[in-house]
Amino acid sequence: MNRQAQGVVLLLLGGAVLKASLSDMYLRYVKESLQPFLIAAGALLVIAAVMTIYHDLKKERHEEHEEHDEHGHHHEPRVGWMLIAPVLGLLLVAPPALGAFAAGQSGSAKLQDVDYPPLPAGDPAQISVLDYATRAIFDKGVSMKDGAGQDRKVQISGFLSQGPDGKPVLTRMMLSCCAADARAIKIGMSGRPPEGLGENQWVEVVGVYTAATAKDPVSNNEIPFIEVLEWKQIDPPRNQYE
Amino acid sequence: MTVTERPDIAPNTPPEPKRDRRVGSVEVLALLLIVLVVFRGPIAAKIVEFPLLQTWTTVFVSVMVQAMPFLVFGVALSAVIAVYVPRSFWAKALPKHPALAVPVASCAGVILPGCECGSVPIAGSLIRRGVTPAAALAFLLAAPAINPIVLTATAVAFPKNPEMVVGRGVASLIVAMIMGWLWLRLGKAEWIKLPHRPELEGMSKSRAFFGALRHDVVHAGGFLVLGAMAAATINVIVPARWLQTLADNPWLSVIALAILAVLLSICSEADAFVAASLSQFSLTSRLAFLVVGPMVDLKLISMQAGVFGRRFAFRFAPTTLVVATAIAALTGWLVFS
Repeated sequence: MNRQAQGVVLLLLGGAVLKASLSDMYLRYVKESLQPFLIAAGALLVIAAVMTIYHDLKKERHEEHEEHDEHGHHHEPRVGWMLIAPVLGLLLVAPPALGAFAAGQSGSAKLQDVDYPPLPAGDPAQISVLDYATRAIFDKGVSMKDGAGQDRKVQISGFLSQGPDGKPVLTRMMLSCCAADARAIKIGMSGRPPEGLGENQWVEVVGVYTAATAKDPVSNNEIPFIEVLEWKQIDPPRNQYE
Repeated sequence: MTVTERPDIAPNTPPEPKRDRRVGSVEVLALLLIVLVVFRGPIAAKIVEFPLLQTWTTVFVSVMVQAMPFLVFGVALSAVIAVYVPRSFWAKALPKHPALAVPVASCAGVILPGCECGSVPIAGSLIRRGVTPAAALAFLLAAPAINPIVLTATAVAFPKNPEMVVGRGVASLIVAMIMGWLWLRLGKAEWIKLPHRPELEGMSKSRAFFGALRHDVVHAGGFLVLGAMAAATINVIVPARWLQTLADNPWLSVIALAILAVLLSICSEADAFVAASLSQFSLTSRLAFLVVGPMVDLKLISMQAGVFGRRFAFRFAPTTLVVATAIAALTGWLVFS
């Protein structure tokens, strides 16, 4: 791969990183907090590409007689061709965020016991799937009761994937860095669970705490349940991870 | 843009048939891109049909996107070292005796907040600038494991086991120093073959900087792609279920997680969260996962083979794996019992 081609590849790579990080596309692959660094890295790649092509063209015009000298010690890396792969991945394929297949592979994550502040106001209270799962497993739903000791209605959203007993579970993937370390949080649904929907369909569920649990055979971790009162189909949110 | 073929073989080596062709890399690239843009629809549609392939693509792209800032800034820093930091600086900054330079370089890893993708080109650049390889290698191993960001992430992932943070920091430092000293005793200088980089002397500073930047991004980045592909493959085809059977045996579990760390190639800033979720394994085996991961993994081996040469990587990586696993097991035994 000669230097001009390298310049073009760097330009494409920088452009692809910029395109992904200036739109919401990067959220399918990494955490939101990486955005400024991605923009800076993409910009630096584009500048490096422009300078490479500029220097190369300028040199060609002025120093043609030095051509042989200049090329004496260049063995330009052939492995550079591989950099086209992520460019194609980002610009042509643009794969979606991880879904039911990955959730089935990884099994539900081990959750951590934290503090449980009161649920947000509103009926139903909107909380994250992770929040529901930790409150259900460690707190046994205590912090999800109202003053009178009644279970409050909560609203959670996620996509459907297959649970241990073959029935759909409400799933959300959790990222700590990028999709390679994604772990699934799964919530089983009793009561009136969504019916007739395929895997990966996003749903919004309103329900109350139930003490039922199941074991995820893949990871041996606990899957909490929610007693579903109502549900509806929704579009995937801007950030599909938690 | 002119598109003349520019032979990249030295005049005194026998010409390859490639030279005779009229088609240069820019034309090949352009043709490839046109073909791909034309067939974009069918290709994307095909990938969606196979959830495994689609998940693979997502994981591969994610690893690349995640690594990109670290690669680019690591390479930029190594270009700064190559162009703007005079050789004499390193002679002053590090102790004269190589055996003393090793621990100093290991501890200097604290100041580089990044993951392992960035530290490979930096270590290569340090060796070029006259730093003794033993010290540069100790830095290479220590930097991604003991910097504050990684240790903080470990503390967050193991809120009930703060000794995990201490164990990780101490074990990683010890491994880095042992490997540095081992290199002093057993290493041979000819194993390290740094790739030819356009000669930087005599160029203007900006041209030298961008020349080094371009070369290292293309080179280290190309190997990063190979490593990311391997890691995505392992990530998608190995179901977590297999691990369950290994978790019960105390010795086997340490070895299993050390090997898993090599195969998964997770960024050192994220591996603590994955280790935390491998709850069926003992704390000692998870410590091995955290110590081995930043030092030996598929993308690192690939990048080391690219930056230091294959003869180096195929000796250095297995040795590091053995030393890191042993030290982690020992540390875990001391810390967690």
